[in-house]
Amino acid sequence: MNEKPLLQLTGISKAFPGCIANDDIDLEIAPGEIHALLGENGAGKSTLVKIIYGVLRPDQGRLCWRGEEVAIDNPASARSLGIGMVFQHFSLFESMTTLENVALALPPQDLDQLRERLETTAHDYGLTLHPDRHAYDLSMGERQRIEIVRCLLQNPSLLILDEPTSVLTPQETDTLFTTLRTLAAEGRSILYISHKLEEVRSLCDRATILRGGKRIDDCNPAQETAQSLAEKMIGRRVESAKGHTAPAAYEVRLKVTDLSVRSDQPHGTDIRDVSFSVHAGEILGIAGIAGNGQTELMNALSGETGPPQAGAIEILASDASQMGPMARRQLGAVFVPEERVGQAAVSDLSLVQNSFLTSAFRMGFVNHGLINWPGVGQYAKEILDEFDVKATGVDALVSSLSGGNLQKFIVGREILQSPQLLIVSQPTWGVDAGAAAAIHEQIQRLISAGAGALVISQDLDEIFALSDRIAVISQGTLSPPRPAGEVTTEQVGLLMGASRSISETASHAHA
Amino acid sequence: MTELLIASIMTMMTAATPLVFAATGELVCEKSGVLNLGVEGMMLTGAVFGFAAVTLTGEPLLGLAAGMMMGLFASLIFGVLTLSLLSNQVATGLALTIFGTGLSALVGLDYVGKTIEQIRAIHLPVLTDLPVVGRLLFGHDPLVYVSIVLLGLTHWFLKHTRWGMILRAVGDSDQSAHAIGYPVIAIRYAAVAFGGAMAGLGGAYLSLVYTPLWAENMTAGRGWIAVALVVFASWRPSRVLLGAVLFGGITILQLNTQAAGLGVPASFMSMLPYIATIVVLVLISRDSIRIRLNAPACLGRPFRAER
Amino acid sequence: MLTLEARATQSAFAAWLSPLLALGLTALTGAMIFLAMGKAPGVALYIYFIEPLTSWSGLSEVAVKAGPLILIGMGLSLGFRAGVWNIGAEGQFIAGALLGSAPAVYFFESTNPLILPCMMLLGILGGMAWAAMPALLKTRFNANEILVSLMLVYVAELLLVHLVQGPWRNPEGWGFPGTRMFPDAALLPMFVPGYRVHLGTLIAVVIPFLAWFVLTRTRLGFQVRVFGSAPLAARHAGISSAQMVWTTLLVGGGLAGLAGVMEAASTIGQLMPKISPGYGFTAIIVAFLGRLHPVGVLLAGTAIAVTYIGGEGAQISAGLPKAVTGLFQGIILFYLLAFDLLTRYRLTRVGARGNTA
Repeated sequence: MNEKPLLQLTGISKAFPGCIANDDIDLEIAPGEIHALLGENGAGKSTLVKIIYGVLRPDQGRLCWRGEEVAIDNPASARSLGIGMVFQHFSLFESMTTLENVALALPPQDLDQLRERLETTAHDYGLTLHPDRHAYDLSMGERQRIEIVRCLLQNPSLLILDEPTSVLTPQETDTLFTTLRTLAAEGRSILYISHKLEEVRSLCDRATILRGGKRIDDCNPAQETAQSLAEKMIGRRVESAKGHTAPAAYEVRLKVTDLSVRSDQPHGTDIRDVSFSVHAGEILGIAGIAGNGQTELMNALSGETGPPQAGAIEILASDASQMGPMARRQLGAVFVPEERVGQAAVSDLSLVQNSFLTSAFRMGFVNHGLINWPGVGQYAKEILDEFDVKATGVDALVSSLSGGNLQKFIVGREILQSPQLLIVSQPTWGVDAGAAAAIHEQIQRLISAGAGALVISQDLDEIFALSDRIAVISQGTLSPPRPAGEVTTEQVGLLMGASRSISETASHAHA
Repeated sequence: MTELLIASIMTMMTAATPLVFAATGELVCEKSGVLNLGVEGMMLTGAVFGFAAVTLTGEPLLGLAAGMMMGLFASLIFGVLTLSLLSNQVATGLALTIFGTGLSALVGLDYVGKTIEQIRAIHLPVLTDLPVVGRLLFGHDPLVYVSIVLLGLTHWFLKHTRWGMILRAVGDSDQSAHAIGYPVIAIRYAAVAFGGAMAGLGGAYLSLVYTPLWAENMTAGRGWIAVALVVFASWRPSRVLLGAVLFGGITILQLNTQAAGLGVPASFMSMLPYIATIVVLVLISRDSIRIRLNAPACLGRPFRAER
Repeated sequence: MLTLEARATQSAFAAWLSPLLALGLTALTGAMIFLAMGKAPGVALYIYFIEPLTSWSGLSEVAVKAGPLILIGMGLSLGFRAGVWNIGAEGQFIAGALLGSAPAVYFFESTNPLILPCMMLLGILGGMAWAAMPALLKTRFNANEILVSLMLVYVAELLLVHLVQGPWRNPEGWGFPGTRMFPDAALLPMFVPGYRVHLGTLIAVVIPFLAWFVLTRTRLGFQVRVFGSAPLAARHAGISSAQMVWTTLLVGGGLAGLAGVMEAASTIGQLMPKISPGYGFTAIIVAFLGRLHPVGVLLAGTAIAVTYIGGEGAQISAGLPKAVTGLFQGIILFYLLAFDLLTRYRLTRVGARGNTA
């Protein structure tokens, strides 16, 4: 490489209690290059970019910017060097407008002039924005566009994007890639963090692969296969889970008719007229971008937000609409919500106590109001053994478990209750590949044994890997489920963005 | 009759003023995401030190300054515990109220029964002497005007200045504000300190203008009413004034009906402000989603920056 | 430079150490305050913290004072565990005293032995009724229980003043506010002649152990814990938030009400305006100092009672104002909250530091 690197990291290390997030990492980014930082969940990608952006300080190592050693103490100094960042969990302020959100990230200036610059920049790069709408009102895609535009307004030499496509439809992803290629053509560098191999292969000029906090390899992703990249990223071959056997009986396990739910969240999405059914021996997958009513649907099905405003929920042919969560479990259903810590599990209670949380009655642990703790302890041990949960023991606190192990514990706790119906949201979100494969396998085994499952996921790969039939949730409405073999990723992607693009055009016309 | 009405309105304003001070301070504090339930304690601290300063020096301005300073000092104890040591904000606020009650009772022992010269109402030639509107517009004590100006300034600051926007941002998402690079803890310290100073000023107003004397526990729940006022105002400064005047009005109603001798026992009339607070809370809180829309999203949550 | 590091598990050692540290530092701070007031710190501290424990009568008085603090503190700790901030126990105490005293006021010559149990029951009901208001307004209208329960303290105080100055005033009391003295049948039995320890003290010792059993062995206790640490997990497990709010407030109010009527029907023997020396508020400190743990509350209630008795002694023998006790209580809570940090974080040197990413 004859060109002087724009950014060069040497020997970066960063430790947290109980884990070394970055271990002696080197990284070099050339001007005008789209550089991938590839790695599994927990490989240390986020920590590394937070160090580059000045949010975290490295324990050791050097950062050189245009050949000179620099100390980046805070995001402001990163920005003044010319580094911009788009966070995975956006750093937006919900109750503020697009314009205010942009202004907060820039030096003090006149808001009217800023509005003009914002509109010009957005237009130049083909990014649709509405300056006066509040952030809570916006789709995930538009939130991301705010972040990108507010970086661009600072004329950055390096733009960092952390898992940007996890909230986008395939079509939105294509638009984003076009924008990124334009930026690279202007001579800007892009550091692109991802664990999605195909994206990296199609977009990036170079890739640095991290695993377990260490730099494993530098390569040109276009010259690699998805398989070879995966092996570098994960360190071994991961067998994809086998499917389940065909349904023996076809009885209905869950029937939802014209369900309408008002969100209990201030900025939530209402569910409108949703109908579908789940049969024994099949998995119905619901795809969709986060924030389109998945949480509301999940909580309505589990009975956590009370009876729906309209419509009916039947679990194993019993009307469950008016029932609470425990009564629905008694009918034969179990639930794995998206939020693991704080909803599915209590972080400052032990695994034994957490085992009791949802199994109290299904497993008969309560007698005259008294808890059979020895019995619960036995059950907790069973979960740990059967689902290969790595913990110091059944008395370990939930907060001491890694994300993947906690999810294996939660899924295990539900599946060992031998349900006839499993309803699970984002089963492997943020979980490492090994745990994800194990969870998928357990779900398939349960279905082969004759249960039915509803899987809500924003990961399209997961939806296609598991589902017999696929439906798409968008803006609180559900598309009619179709057999998985009859739909393509592109069709699903269109449905994911469908009603939103209509409403956005409409509101644009009003503005 | 007109005379009685004018007098009532004048007293209503003086009853409202300490609430305006304390509630405005608490509002700014809450806007930054910090719930300080120690307003009652800070008001008492301000009241006793303000009164002591005036007794010792005879300078009313010094008394107000002392009240503000000591309210601010008390709030900093709260700040250190909740912001630097990450203690529970509700528990710490209660501790501050208990502490302020005890401290003020102890300091105030020497001042019970003492009298001072009250801060007088202003008197502008010609203007104040105008019939009816003269005194209503130009006849209050100076702090009544200060409190209204303060509210206006707070509104302007929060809505139209960059620092106001930053303060709101910190209360909306401390994590985002930190990620962009704002010093979340420092900003919250400033907001807490402002809240303390204003509660102290409100307390000093009570002991220097409203009564004017010192008595143990003289705030009689006004600090808590100020906290309730912030909820009532849906975190909007303009509505604080409305709420404060409403409570001032209830106080006056209570005094007047007692004087008129309607046969309602005095104790029951004295319950009115507290019952009114409950009624108002119930009315305003009914729509839980609306409350959550208006409340700063990070209210009451501890924040710790990872480095 | 030292920084904080999150602990993987809460330290049980730090959890029990922090109240002791808080008490120790409060004594130290107290010494400085006494010094500033021109009193000999050693003597004053002795009077405050040690002297009540040096005589049988002192111990008996401490036990008598600890009774209501433990009862109320126990109820509050249950609520605080569930994240239900009932801070109006003072009002519930007064309401219990009011309703529970009614039989003794109206049947002031009664010798019926049933009058006492009847009073206790009414006392519990009175406290519950007062706590039911924040519970109803919270569950039905989402009104903040902190503010509502606190406002009701003032209402209860005014109601009490009204009754003892008006309808319930002792006609033979020369116009002083206060009811007639209760008949003997309406007074709690005392055990040892010459000492004021009574049945209520015994009840106050038993209740925490009952609470301990409920918290660790029953589904209800489990629900309270889950609801307090993770409300969404509680909802996921089908725990009704309304039921938790009602249960904890009613239990807290009932215990405070019981404490109230027992106070009137024991050492005081009548209703008067100053029925409580701030028990309801001090019990908040007792609950926290006891780390919301039943046995902790028992110990903390006793410790705080010592400072109450010590404060009375100091007022008489050293001329120290009673207000010092209140100040101490605030300071104890400050120190406790500061040290609480140590149960969740440990101090480490910079270099191996930080939080999880």
